[in-house]
Amino acid sequence: MEDIWSGIAAAFGLIVTLDRDLIDITLRSLQVTLTAVAIGAALGIPLGAWLAVSRFRFRRVTIAVLNALMGLPPVVVGLVVYILLSRSGPFGVFGLLFTPTAMIIAQVIIVTPLVASISHQALREIWADYHDLLISLNTTKWQRIRTITWDARRALLTATLAGFGRAIGEIGAIMIVGGNIDQVTRVLTTAIALETSKGNFALALGLGFILIGLAFLVNLAMHWLSRTEQRGRW
Amino acid sequence: MIARFISTLFALFIGSVVHADALRLAVTTSFHNSGLSDVLLPEVSVDTGLEVQLLVVGTGQAIRLGQAGDVDAILVHARAAEDAFVTEGYGTHRREIMANDFVFVGPVGDPAAAQTATTASQALERIALTESPFVSRGDDSGTHTRERALWESSSAAPDPNWYRELGAGMGATLNTAAAMGAYTLTDRASWLNFGNRRGMSIVFEGDPALLNQYAYLPVSAERHPHVNQNGAIILETWLTSERGQTLIGNYRINGEILFTPNAKAP
Repeated sequence: MEDIWSGIAAAFGLIVTLDRDLIDITLRSLQVTLTAVAIGAALGIPLGAWLAVSRFRFRRVTIAVLNALMGLPPVVVGLVVYILLSRSGPFGVFGLLFTPTAMIIAQVIIVTPLVASISHQALREIWADYHDLLISLNTTKWQRIRTITWDARRALLTATLAGFGRAIGEIGAIMIVGGNIDQVTRVLTTAIALETSKGNFALALGLGFILIGLAFLVNLAMHWLSRTEQRGRW
Repeated sequence: MIARFISTLFALFIGSVVHADALRLAVTTSFHNSGLSDVLLPEVSVDTGLEVQLLVVGTGQAIRLGQAGDVDAILVHARAAEDAFVTEGYGTHRREIMANDFVFVGPVGDPAAAQTATTASQALERIALTESPFVSRGDDSGTHTRERALWESSSAAPDPNWYRELGAGMGATLNTAAAMGAYTLTDRASWLNFGNRRGMSIVFEGDPALLNQYAYLPVSAERHPHVNQNGAIILETWLTSERGQTLIGNYRINGEILFTPNAKAP
């Protein structure tokens, strides 16, 4: 129990003194995760929308697969990306292993199915409501996708934040493909694992509290930017 | 607004590509957990301008990384695996850098009376006889390799009732041993730098069979043309130089010397 108090004290100390390493690590965490989530949303939301308005033969199977991919184990994703990016793997010539880019690639693979799947759920309901109207107006598929994604933007924000939530606390994949190199690929979660392995529980816990605070701030900022939950608005 | 957002993202993405002149070195967890790397690397950077990026892994994985060409050099401690690495052509040569020793740590009460053993094998036999809990790295690291060799040379055999294989790094293994009140084998440097020793102390040390030799092996540029061969030579020269060796020899925690530099002229 006293470890928790010293953890809170350590977190407080790191923040008050604006610890240089902490700032670097935190910014790197944000850089990797926000980039991955942005790419994941850019791929996942259109995919979800397209699945909602299209009817094709293997639609049910495709959606079932997509839902199953939400539970993709990050460690396995990390291992596969590692093997692909290794110098002796097919994409070895790019020299991407143990760089933040490799971490972003792994996280995009983890985040995209989650965003696509949640987006699809939300858009499907809107599509059921709008279906007759949009068909009677003789809209193109592109116009339909645009209309429903705009009107479902709040739900899509939730989908994106769910993706962020999965990525920011993720360690299995980024530890393997990033390698936890100081000043290069060390992020909050891998730093926590490292400090725990050194037996520095207070510092590890302090970093953990900072990670939780960061997730909270990002969520709040996204809501603030998109002006949801304001007085008198639904 | 959206264009700016996208260009910022793009800048972040491009900005994340690593500079090419850095040297990637895979080191054992014991080397890094000792804190020595935090002392040496800034000096390397000042003296030679070389940026060294450390990948902290077990010896088994370090050798895998070297074989795949994902690092430029490795610093490990498992003689047989090192020799195979060079013979199979993955490494150009093997250069000894420094040594320290392994110690057995365990609960302060020492229920197995390992303290009064005369050899490392005897200490293990006593642990086996009393069926005291023993945790093993179980990760094919240099420490794990040595531990298995010590069991082989003793007359006792590990039994899953009290012998636990973790598959974890040195620090995690020490954490587990502390929580379980178990014995384990660790290198002295990791132990001295370990922050969570509650109820644990060194129970056996000093047998010559516990010597722990670290060696540096550059990855062969013949097999992997992209490796930073120049950087690997610069680092080797620095580590074996008088300055590097003195810094290694002077590194202490709580007044205790951790490593004995022992590089020989090539």
